[in-house]
Amino acid sequence: MGTDFHTNTEGRKGISSWIFSTDHKRIGLLYLYSILGFFLTGVVIGLLMRLELIAPGKTIVSARTYDSLFTLHGIIMIFFFIIPGVPASLGNFLLPLQIGARDVAFPRINLLSWWLYMIAGITAISTIFLPGGPPDTGWTFYPPYSIRTPTNVSVAAFAAFIIGFSSILTGLNFITTIHRLRAPGMTWMRMPLFTWTLYSTAWVQILATPVIAITLLLLILERAFGTGFFDPSKGGDPLMFEHLFWIYSHPAVYVMILPAMGIISEIVPTFSRKTVFGYRAIVFSGLTIATLGYVVWGHHMFTSGMSDVSNMVFSFITFAVAVPSGIKVFNWIATMYKGSVEVKPPMLYAFAFIFLFSIGGLTGLINSAVATNIHIHGTFFIVAHFHYTMFGGAGFAFFAGLHYWFPKMTGRMYNFRASTVACITLFIGFNVLYFPMFLLGWQGMPRRYYDYPPEFHWNNLISTLGSWILAAGLLIMFTNLARALFKGEKAGNNPWDGTTLEWQTTSPPPHENFAEIPVVTQGPYSRKREGQETGDR
Amino acid sequence: MVKHTDDVGAKMGMWLFLFTEMLFFGGMFLLYAVYRAHYSADFSGASSELNRVIGTFNTVILITSSFTAALSLSEIKKGALRSASVSLGITALLGIIFLIIKYTEWSAKIGHGIYPGSAYFNDLAHGKVLFFSLYFVMTGIHALHVLIGIVVFMVILFMVHSGTVRGNNFIKLENAALYWHFVDIAWIYLFPLLYLLR
Repeated sequence: MGTDFHTNTEGRKGISSWIFSTDHKRIGLLYLYSILGFFLTGVVIGLLMRLELIAPGKTIVSARTYDSLFTLHGIIMIFFFIIPGVPASLGNFLLPLQIGARDVAFPRINLLSWWLYMIAGITAISTIFLPGGPPDTGWTFYPPYSIRTPTNVSVAAFAAFIIGFSSILTGLNFITTIHRLRAPGMTWMRMPLFTWTLYSTAWVQILATPVIAITLLLLILERAFGTGFFDPSKGGDPLMFEHLFWIYSHPAVYVMILPAMGIISEIVPTFSRKTVFGYRAIVFSGLTIATLGYVVWGHHMFTSGMSDVSNMVFSFITFAVAVPSGIKVFNWIATMYKGSVEVKPPMLYAFAFIFLFSIGGLTGLINSAVATNIHIHGTFFIVAHFHYTMFGGAGFAFFAGLHYWFPKMTGRMYNFRASTVACITLFIGFNVLYFPMFLLGWQGMPRRYYDYPPEFHWNNLISTLGSWILAAGLLIMFTNLARALFKGEKAGNNPWDGTTLEWQTTSPPPHENFAEIPVVTQGPYSRKREGQETGDR
Repeated sequence: MVKHTDDVGAKMGMWLFLFTEMLFFGGMFLLYAVYRAHYSADFSGASSELNRVIGTFNTVILITSSFTAALSLSEIKKGALRSASVSLGITALLGIIFLIIKYTEWSAKIGHGIYPGSAYFNDLAHGKVLFFSLYFVMTGIHALHVLIGIVVFMVILFMVHSGTVRGNNFIKLENAALYWHFVDIAWIYLFPLLYLLR
């Protein structure tokens, strides 16, 4: 005890002190670095796609390559960046700290989940080099084309199958940890909101992921043996694949966004110097989103040939999800109201999140109305919408969290000016990149197309320019953080004056997190100890 | 590393894992339900080609093995390591017998040309193709679970022998037994759906 976890190697040397460590903080950082690695791979592929679309006709790659590019971009970004992104990296690092525990409930299973993640990642990337080439089906693997194509669909599906196990193990680890290892006095209603969203997320992870595991396994068997489940020529029904696929993949959207909302719920009260507004409402809206998120998958299939009744029911429930999401946005804004708001970098990223996520959420309502959905289904409108929620939402919240907890994880502070410039550049680049896609989609440009008629040229050109601004923003942000990692000033234990338990230990935290397990006597955002007039939490 | 001896937590983790298993099998049950509704005549025709006697015999074997798994747990709680080991051994043995019977059943089907991808198979009615595909996939994935269970019980047997699992530390055995009961229950649903329902 006493020495911080970077210096305490548990008796192992060099790289093996990381890749065999069962310390949740080391595993969290392992995840963070691997996830960022996949993120940057996905970014490069995305930039290539945008470059191809800068002008009509062939620009840099062939049509077949383009199919593989958008498939790999989807697989990498969804399965290897945004789904594990927040829970496995920041969640792993912070969950035990926030509830006052020494580690997660199953440290070795935690390490196993990282290994499975890496094995899955390498398997997915290997499709590029295997004969047959990377899959060209889109990340959704829809049959019957995914049964017929000679590309390495089975290998990629198997990679997603393995990473499913990784996700399940993280989920069951977190649930057990939260149930069993909270510090004395940490009642359910005193848990930090980030922990609460990790809890909701973990349930979604363990209850939804097995469904995609069996679906992808059945797809692999279909390709290998011709079982016929999804093959119309053998009596099977491709629609069944879509149902099973989205029974997982829609809840997975909430695996991405819920912990992101949790991060914002931590940052907003800290930088408003106020307790959070409506703690219970945020907790229960998170649980409601997790529950409703389970029964809306059909909205991906409005044009696939479901009955009108199913379409209407799925449309209605999808609208209902907007209510708890709206409650959260309202609560963040209300927390800032009459607060003493300090716009430090994490808060700036949180502002960007709230703005971009609101656009993403509101355009989601346009998609969830059956009538408009039929017009924009499978167009760039959808691409714009989910990038606003997934990248503008979950991605920006991830950056916000990264900036918020960077001093806790490393003990060092980054340059504020550079991160402010990075955030503004990212925000501008993001909107220039994705907003024209709403217009393109509304005009009827389909997604996943390699070529387009000349009237779509302007918006595509602007969008590609935006991708370069965004890339510049990422470059500034990561350079700044990397520099701070080695040369940053000492940050101190609680640079933001945070109130949750992770700020009460040293930065970086010692090997087993706390010299003495803290006893919790008040809600997570209470500033009572400073003699301010605030409510109980 | 933090030393945990939280048996309640370990059991909670196992139950959560079993939820995921339930949903994993759930995907196949969903396909079964939908395709049975589509092709009910084909399904009952194909189902009558399965051997009920063998199916029943295997069911009895698996239920008995669940009994011996439970028995080994209650024995080890009493500290009766020897009889616990015997029960564990019998459980693993019954699992192996189940797999051998399953193997002969599969070989007979494959011997008649009934397997996904064969020329004979592809000429069958659509409903029959789906039924036999479901039969192979569902019993195959179930058999894989049985195989994993056997290996787990062998490891636990070794742990009892070496003293890791003992009268006051039996959570590993308890979790293995929980898993085995799940494998049993999955079969309890598979058996009537595939063999009995016509």
